[in-house]
Amino acid sequence: MEIALAVLIGMFFTVSIYLLLSRAIIRMLLGIAILGNGVNLLIFTAGRLTKEIPPIIPMGQDGLIEPFANPLPQALILTAIVIGFALFTFLLVLGYRAYQELDADDTDTMRLAEPERAPRPPLSY
Amino acid sequence: MALSMDISVALISIAPFLAAFLAPLIFRFTGHLAGWVLSIVPAGIFAYLIPFIKPISEGKFVQTSLNWVPEYGINLSFFIDGLSLTFALLISGIGTIIVIYSGKYLKGHHDQGKFLAYILMFMGSMLGLVLADNMVALFVYWELTAITSFLLIGFNHKKQASRRAAIQALVITGGGGLALLVGILLMQQMLGGVWELSAIREYGAALHEMSLYPVVLVLFLIAAFTKSAQFPFHFWLPNAMEAPTPVSAFLHSATMVKAGVYLLARMNPTLGGSEIWSITLISFGSITLLWGAVWALKQTDMKQMLAQTTVASLGLLVILIGIGTDIALTAMVIYLVAHALYKASFFLIAGILDHGTGTRDITELGGLRRLMPLSFILAIIAAISMAGLPPAIGFFAKEEMYLSLLQNDLKSIIVLIVLIAGNAMMLVVGASIAIKPFLGGLKPTPIKPHEGSLALIIGPLLFGILALLSGIFITYTGKMIISPTASSISSIAIENHLKWYFAMFLKPIILLSVVTWALGALLFFKLDTIRKFLRSLDDGFKWNFDIGFDWLMFSLIRFADMITRFWHHGRLELYMIVVFVALGVAVIAPLIINNAVPAMPTSIPSLTFYEWSVILLAAVGLIAMLVAKTRLVAIVSLGIQGFAVALIFMLFGAPDLAFTQFMVEILTVVILALVMSRLYLDRRDNRIFEDILRDGSIALVCGVGITMLLISVVQYPIDLRLTDFFAATSLPIAHGRNIVNVILVDFRGLDTFGEIAVVMGAGIAVLALIRIRSGGRQIGIGAKKSKPRRKSTRVQKATTASKAKNIATSKTKVKVTKVKPKTVKSIRRSKPIQKNKGAKA
Repeated sequence: MEIALAVLIGMFFTVSIYLLLSRAIIRMLLGIAILGNGVNLLIFTAGRLTKEIPPIIPMGQDGLIEPFANPLPQALILTAIVIGFALFTFLLVLGYRAYQELDADDTDTMRLAEPERAPRPPLSY
Repeated sequence: MALSMDISVALISIAPFLAAFLAPLIFRFTGHLAGWVLSIVPAGIFAYLIPFIKPISEGKFVQTSLNWVPEYGINLSFFIDGLSLTFALLISGIGTIIVIYSGKYLKGHHDQGKFLAYILMFMGSMLGLVLADNMVALFVYWELTAITSFLLIGFNHKKQASRRAAIQALVITGGGGLALLVGILLMQQMLGGVWELSAIREYGAALHEMSLYPVVLVLFLIAAFTKSAQFPFHFWLPNAMEAPTPVSAFLHSATMVKAGVYLLARMNPTLGGSEIWSITLISFGSITLLWGAVWALKQTDMKQMLAQTTVASLGLLVILIGIGTDIALTAMVIYLVAHALYKASFFLIAGILDHGTGTRDITELGGLRRLMPLSFILAIIAAISMAGLPPAIGFFAKEEMYLSLLQNDLKSIIVLIVLIAGNAMMLVVGASIAIKPFLGGLKPTPIKPHEGSLALIIGPLLFGILALLSGIFITYTGKMIISPTASSISSIAIENHLKWYFAMFLKPIILLSVVTWALGALLFFKLDTIRKFLRSLDDGFKWNFDIGFDWLMFSLIRFADMITRFWHHGRLELYMIVVFVALGVAVIAPLIINNAVPAMPTSIPSLTFYEWSVILLAAVGLIAMLVAKTRLVAIVSLGIQGFAVALIFMLFGAPDLAFTQFMVEILTVVILALVMSRLYLDRRDNRIFEDILRDGSIALVCGVGITMLLISVVQYPIDLRLTDFFAATSLPIAHGRNIVNVILVDFRGLDTFGEIAVVMGAGIAVLALIRIRSGGRQIGIGAKKSKPRRKSTRVQKATTASKAKNIATSKTKVKVTKVKPKTVKSIRRSKPIQKNKGAKA
């Protein structure tokens, strides 16, 4: 079943990279969101899949009974989801503000930091 | 026969650096008297070196060594023989005077402390250079002199000419330093790991046989020629006159520019003696001598005249090393000492004249003999030594160099003519500086002329006395200084016969001196005509070395600009392409190279119906996002794939993840919908077909690579040690039953704390971004261009642009700020629910 998920994760990466290569800010943002999900699934699957048995010790028992889902990737992903969300929100607002200020959503026209006709370096000492 | 292994020799090269460190502080307390205070250091070094003269003249030497990089057999070793002692005495002796002189000369300059520090650092590097035995140490000190002289030449850094001169000196001498490094390493390899200068001289003959000998020779010659301003690297030296006068006096009398001569002298036993060595040195030296001498005639600025004669003198020294006979080497050492004394004198007097009258132009000065009598006398003494008149030491320098060329072959005769011409021209320069400003009628000057004070005049006074005394007692000088120095250059003991006797004035060789003097006198009286003629020639040339250097430097800048523009083109999608192509290569290449491409599964994985549906759901969400025609569809599709991911987590035993994912997806979709409704965007992806093909293939390659990587990862057994640890210790140590939550809040509690901080920081940043008033800076580089494309959707907006925009912004401000606290809160709320460890379960 890891194979099926591996193919799905490949799809996540393909779609997100395709969106990231676009020049429209909003599409790149969607790409970021999907890339986050893809990476999370990648970590999840690399930690092996166990069906429907969460790593929770039942009441009255001293330890887990095999099989149980691998808790380590879950802990990592939990952090990643929240951070990813924070990043996404920040980028979204940043993109929105850039759109307001620069009146552009195409990265080719957002040339404030690296202007197209940047002055040549001074030829003197 | 080494003298005692005295570690204090190492101190000589360290003390000036310590003094340099203290110089600004001392300057703060003592003001311009700092020169007198700090001169204690070089004077102390000079006094320390004096007792070495006698034992070293008897053929002994000093060697001492500190561990430096013992792994490579590199020691910080020092070595004092005749050559290094003479140089060290000149450097510390002239250095003492220069420090005193700069105290007065730069009086009132706010950076005087810094200046003194630079001078002392430079002196320390120079001393280290001439005392170093290890070749790596030699290289380090060599580059240190380049760096400190850069600081000194560019001291008036507010003047463009100073900056240019400093950069020029650094580029040329520093570049030569790199050649030296390569030469040193090559030689060390060829000789089987010898790092010591005192040891390599044994290998001279063997080295000449080796095939790489010409390469090493050329590298060392480049180093020496750049440092000692030999043609065609000569042009940095006159430009370096931008430095304050004490710097010029120090750099161009006995130090910086003599370092190249020192290197040649030091390498003479090892690299010298071959045909190619002597021909190269003599020809380059001759060109440099004539070039410098002729250029000196053209100048009217005293410092420029002196700088050009320095170039000429360096050429002369190189010629004498190239000739390499005992007499030539003796002549070279005498000339070295004589030149150091008279050139330092001249520079300091030029400084006194500049300081006392406000001008250095020789045509603007005259009749100062009554107002500055002491300077006049001292200038005359310096000129006597420069012209090689008895009884100054310069007389013997000239006699010996002519004597060394009394051979009956064409080469010697040509060189002899070159020397006579060069000497005559230098004599003219010396005579005009000594005579023209002082005789004749008094000319008006910017400042009322006044004699230099003690701190200024003491240098020329001592140097003048020394030039006369060392000439008068030439037998003693010859025995104590000249002979040991010449011996260490040639590596066999050189005796000399220097003494005064009446018959020497009757020998035919004196005729050559007379010819020189006569020629000099002739040129002196025709100097104005000659200068006019030379300057008229100059107008004919469109090109000179400075223009060439500028062209080179500017080409470098243009090249750097070109490279920067190529890589930093400012197009984000191309940067992204580079990143993802690199990702694709990084993922796939190792799989292919290691032949580890996983076998494709032959059967369809056995999953239950609902698992298939969830995977299918995610796929549909992804594809819908690509083909979405409207924004809303894209947002909804984003939600679909997010929910599908949450379901996958749910199905495979991760309820906490599923729960968080649900929360985050809802918020993402809501916020995105809110913000997107405020944007006026193109509906469609506006990529052209070629771009779609290119981006699609890159994305596909990366995706396939990730899939293959993951498949090959899951084919190997997993290391579950950490998981087992958490499973085993979760309950007994951390008292929690939900292991994921225990890991988050307990084992990796600090990490989670950091995560909360990041979320908070992002929340605050979002708030700040929204609250910044829009319409602050409107730089519409992109705006003007992108407008036409969006015209259809933006046209109503654009009509009342600013007004509408403000309204839009204020609305958003209200709405989004309303949303934000909720998001942050809800995330915080979501955590405790997940992490009520054990309590619920």
